[in-house]
Amino acid sequence: MSFVSYLINGISLGSVYALIALGYTMVYGIAKMLNFAHGDVIMIGAYTVFVTVTNLGLPPAAGILLAIVVCTVLGVVIERVAYKPLRMASPLAVLITAIGVSYLLQNVALLIFGANTKSFTSVVGVPALKLAGGQLSISGETIVTILTCIVIMIALTAFIHKTKAGQAMLAVSEDKGAAQLMGINVNGTIALTFAIGSALAAVAGVLLCSAYPSLTPYTGSMPGIKAFVAAVFGGIGSIPGAFIGGLLLGVIENLSKAYISSEMADAIVFGVLIVVLLVRPTGLLGKKMSEKV
Amino acid sequence: MKRMISLGMAAVLAVSMTACSSGNSAEETTAAAETTAAAGDAAETEAAGDDAAETEAAAGGTIKIGGIGPISGGTAIYGQAVMNGAQIAVDEINAAGGINGMTIEYQFEDDENDTTIAVNAYNSLKDWGMQILMGTVTSLPCVAVAAESANDNMFQLTPSGSAVECIQNDNAFRVCFSDPNQGAASAQYIGEHGLATKVAVIYDSSDVYSSGIYEKFAQEAANQGIEVTAAEAFTADSKTDFTVQLQKCKDSGAELVFLPIYYSEAALILTQADSMGFDTQFFGCDGLDGLLSVENFDTALAEGVMLLTPFAADAEDELTQSFVSKYEETYGGTPNQFAADAYDAIYAIKAAAEQAGITSDMSVSDICEAMKTAMTEITIDGLTGTGMTWTADGEPSKEPKAVMIENGAYTAM
Repeated sequence: MSFVSYLINGISLGSVYALIALGYTMVYGIAKMLNFAHGDVIMIGAYTVFVTVTNLGLPPAAGILLAIVVCTVLGVVIERVAYKPLRMASPLAVLITAIGVSYLLQNVALLIFGANTKSFTSVVGVPALKLAGGQLSISGETIVTILTCIVIMIALTAFIHKTKAGQAMLAVSEDKGAAQLMGINVNGTIALTFAIGSALAAVAGVLLCSAYPSLTPYTGSMPGIKAFVAAVFGGIGSIPGAFIGGLLLGVIENLSKAYISSEMADAIVFGVLIVVLLVRPTGLLGKKMSEKV
Repeated sequence: MKRMISLGMAAVLAVSMTACSSGNSAEETTAAAETTAAAGDAAETEAAGDDAAETEAAAGGTIKIGGIGPISGGTAIYGQAVMNGAQIAVDEINAAGGINGMTIEYQFEDDENDTTIAVNAYNSLKDWGMQILMGTVTSLPCVAVAAESANDNMFQLTPSGSAVECIQNDNAFRVCFSDPNQGAASAQYIGEHGLATKVAVIYDSSDVYSSGIYEKFAQEAANQGIEVTAAEAFTADSKTDFTVQLQKCKDSGAELVFLPIYYSEAALILTQADSMGFDTQFFGCDGLDGLLSVENFDTALAEGVMLLTPFAADAEDELTQSFVSKYEETYGGTPNQFAADAYDAIYAIKAAAEQAGITSDMSVSDICEAMKTAMTEITIDGLTGTGMTWTADGEPSKEPKAVMIENGAYTAM
């Protein structure tokens, strides 16, 4: 019975990783850049909800909507100010800028909100699901997170394949230069990608802090990194890959904590990642790519 | 594509390394909030202290005690408390005739919790004529100053420097328990009060404070007949989900869960334990002090949590009550454990100086030699423990005290 309970806890953790990984993989898939500030946009989203719902007493739905707006604007501004001028620069320069933005956001949050831990009130009203006569329980947050992941996956896939803007994204991800020649507004498309990615970050922030109710300026950074690993694990750029990668990562992490060693859990998680990348360099569901000569 | 990923992985490493260092800053900012309020009082105190020293020109001359600690900056709350707590003791002693007839002259210097400034403060106190050092307050500056005081063979008693290295030289003593010794003290407390025989531990293996306490706890637990049924670790990189650790503690049949960690993680652990329906006795060390101030934390979850702390302002003994009322009257606000440590430090200096027969014309080094021996011979009843004694290596030996959180407040046990 305790195995099942470890498994459920792993899925809870994994579903949060998956939700964050969706944003990572979306931005990577289209803009071909790793947005390391993603985890910190999540933190800003969570703070927005904390301030509006807990401090100002607005209803949770309004808080979440506001968080989505704040994060979307923030994502677009970050892209415009920090990444757009580096569009032609080497990937390394963009990566370092992203890390810079990540620290900037953390320190700004530290200035505004202080380092004190804030206890987040869950915005999820769904009751826990009791199984096996109450011995097992799946929290409402987990159920909502998994459902949200599935909805977002379907919506993203549909958006990318069925709409004109989505087609433009695909084209930009294939070849920016050619896309521009075809009359696609590359900068606009990338900005849209960041807007969507950051809106997803807001949702992820709210659900992360609802499930694990501790909010500090560093809340987003480690889950952000783990989610990035999950995205690589599942095949970065692949939307279902991010979901599966996230869930697997959470389950592996919790089972190794439970059965091997709680100290070694992270080493094991990253070890598994290395093995997967050795065997399948593009991740579990990643597209096979042939190097262009 | 591959190149991006490998770049990314390198960055992951870089970021995760820096992420580790960010954990412990929470406490410091708590202090910052109250700095400004207390700063005004600080100026008044020094003035008051000077007056007292001047008016009481006793027959036996004077003895100069210097204090060092952060009275500005992020950890100011600790330095202020020490400065004020010691001042109360100094005034009491001077009013009662001083040490061996010597009036105490007391001067406190700011170190802003910075090692360089602390050493400068030490030097300027030496210029002032300091004969005994009461300080410093925080661990890192304390280690730096301890190296200087050892060179000068100046007697040093730190009220609250809890890192092991603070008193590594034989001229230095401390009033508080060292970090790891809190582990031994916790095991003793749990054993002697029969709180539990089966104990599970959740600790932060990436933090020297937490893992140090855990190791000492495990050693002492064996002597106390306590069985450690589960010892579960987490690290700075994975401190979101504690359900597995809690589940293992629960399955191990532990009657008490020992949490030698900081309060922000503890708040999360209590929340998750509650949602799992794991209702048990939680016990922590001074890192849990602050639990009740986590914003928006449901303090009902902390009901019944016990923590080892040397001082509770609502304790009913006469000494504590008189100290608390004097402190509230003079400085406003309730004194914390740092104020109590400093108060005890001054009284320990008094006891040792009387035992050693210190006179005001002795050299710094002679005072130190005499005090070193005397410290191991005295026994004092203070705010932070009764029957306190010291060993030659500078560690205090006193009965550990614990408080329990009841109705959203720390209550003495």
